[in-house]
Amino acid sequence: MITLEHYLTVAAVLFVIGIFGLFLNRKNVIILLMSIELMLLSVNINLVAFSSFMNDLVGQVFTLFVLTVAAAEAAIGLAILVSFFRNRGTIAVEDVNVMKG
Amino acid sequence: MIYNDLSIIFPEIFISVYAMVALVGAVYTSKDETAQKVTWFTAIVFIFLAFLMIFSEVKTEIAFGGMFINDAFSRFSKIIILLSGAIVLIMGQDYMSRRGFLRFEYPLIIALSVVGMMVMVSAGDLMALYMGLELQSLALYVIAAFKRDSLKSTEAGLKYFVLGALSSGLLLYGSALIYGYSGTTLFADILENVNANSPSLGLMFGLALVISGLAFKVSAVPFHMWTPDVYEGAPTPVTAFLATVPKMAAICLFMRVMYDAFGNILGDWQQIIVLLSILSMFLGGFAAIGQTDLKRLLAYSSIAHMGYALIGLAAGTEFGVQSVLEYMTIYITMNIGVFAILMSMQRDGQSVTEIASLKMISETDPGKAIALLILLFSLAGVPPMLGFFAKFEVLKAAIDADLTYLAIMGVLASVVGAFYYLRIVYFIYFGETPETPLDNSKTPILKTIWTASAAIMVFGVVSLFGIEEMAKAAASSLLN
Repeated sequence: MITLEHYLTVAAVLFVIGIFGLFLNRKNVIILLMSIELMLLSVNINLVAFSSFMNDLVGQVFTLFVLTVAAAEAAIGLAILVSFFRNRGTIAVEDVNVMKG
Repeated sequence: MIYNDLSIIFPEIFISVYAMVALVGAVYTSKDETAQKVTWFTAIVFIFLAFLMIFSEVKTEIAFGGMFINDAFSRFSKIIILLSGAIVLIMGQDYMSRRGFLRFEYPLIIALSVVGMMVMVSAGDLMALYMGLELQSLALYVIAAFKRDSLKSTEAGLKYFVLGALSSGLLLYGSALIYGYSGTTLFADILENVNANSPSLGLMFGLALVISGLAFKVSAVPFHMWTPDVYEGAPTPVTAFLATVPKMAAICLFMRVMYDAFGNILGDWQQIIVLLSILSMFLGGFAAIGQTDLKRLLAYSSIAHMGYALIGLAAGTEFGVQSVLEYMTIYITMNIGVFAILMSMQRDGQSVTEIASLKMISETDPGKAIALLILLFSLAGVPPMLGFFAKFEVLKAAIDADLTYLAIMGVLASVVGAFYYLRIVYFIYFGETPETPLDNSKTPILKTIWTASAAIMVFGVVSLFGIEEMAKAAASSLLN
């Protein structure tokens, strides 16, 4: 039997993997975008699981909004990344360092 | 039914439709030659809607089953958002068109982000909160990278995007937990469902995540890492926008969530806000001391100012909310003046932002020097400038709420802050004359704005222009 806790655990694990992907990754900005996507989608698992276990549709409506926003966010992230690449000639995370603070 | 709902969100619909129509119109016609006209027209639309709200009847209306709340509180913050947004647009258009990067998208993206902010301050539901916040943030990521052939600007956009998306993710995870453990996304129902004596662990975890997400948006320490880099890298008119308008929206949203959804577990979130506030005030103060770039210094200064605004939120009283609203209004007015001066600083046609380039501008441009002196004194909180009264109010709110230690911390931090503001004043009046002084600026619009801003800092003390009464009404509508 798969309970709510199982779903929440999977979502929490995916979310934490996403956060670690953001902080530990030293290679490529594309991986940062993937980590962000992973975080948002793990929240969707949470929302759908809650929604299904409470018999309440609101969570699934929320999920649809999150999916839409995640798509827009990926589009904007890639667009900014492309214009950064044109100026810098690289997308390595280590090279995002013109300003230090 | 639906007509009633739609009439309540009329200002938001109006700006969204305007932005989309203008976008298509500008694409199909003459493109960038229209940029200046579109900027002015957008500013006029903002001012028109702000006056529409000022003269509309004050009442509490709820639309879409509680998802959207229009009350005195949201009305107050929307008026400030629209007016300051319009002024920042007008301020930046000359600067940007001279340097050849004013495109017609700029005012329209700002218009969309203003719609997002207006939804944020009116949100009555976690979904409305998230959608408003994302609309605002996505637009801001784009304008931070607006000077797309500049490495600094695109890097600022990239950093802002990655860290902003992280904070949205935290906020969203928190929202999902709150939804799961309270069974609803409506603020009013969350308030009812939360067990005030022993809120469940999942809910508290969700609340902490939502607070960290919001703290990121107001750039409170320890979620401030993006601020200095983004402020420095983004083009100056964009920095002026980032430092003023979204801050108002974010802090109002912060108050809305804390009071409307979690007002009955004040004790559980108060310490978090107190901690954020103390850290922001001190880090903002100490880190600003070593800065040589004025934009970076203003970034740390805004972090410190957010710390003061959070004092009023931590107080958890009606007067606390009122003091935050007044603080933010005064903060925005001061910052607009400072950024107007910053935009006018150039040497041989190149804009400069080093603090050292301000040396002895009292000789070359005495009017600007006096205005900057007043604005810096006001930022530091020196009486009798308006900035002092802003700080005074939030500290008084803290003392009234038995948070005396927080008020003492606030006073100590403002001493640290005074040091770096006065250092700039020292450069202006007592520094050595530089070899190549700044160009004498001939920018009538900027000059009007900084003069007006400095004049308000001095003469606003008399009556605060009726802001106090409006803020009071706004605060009482939020808490009841």
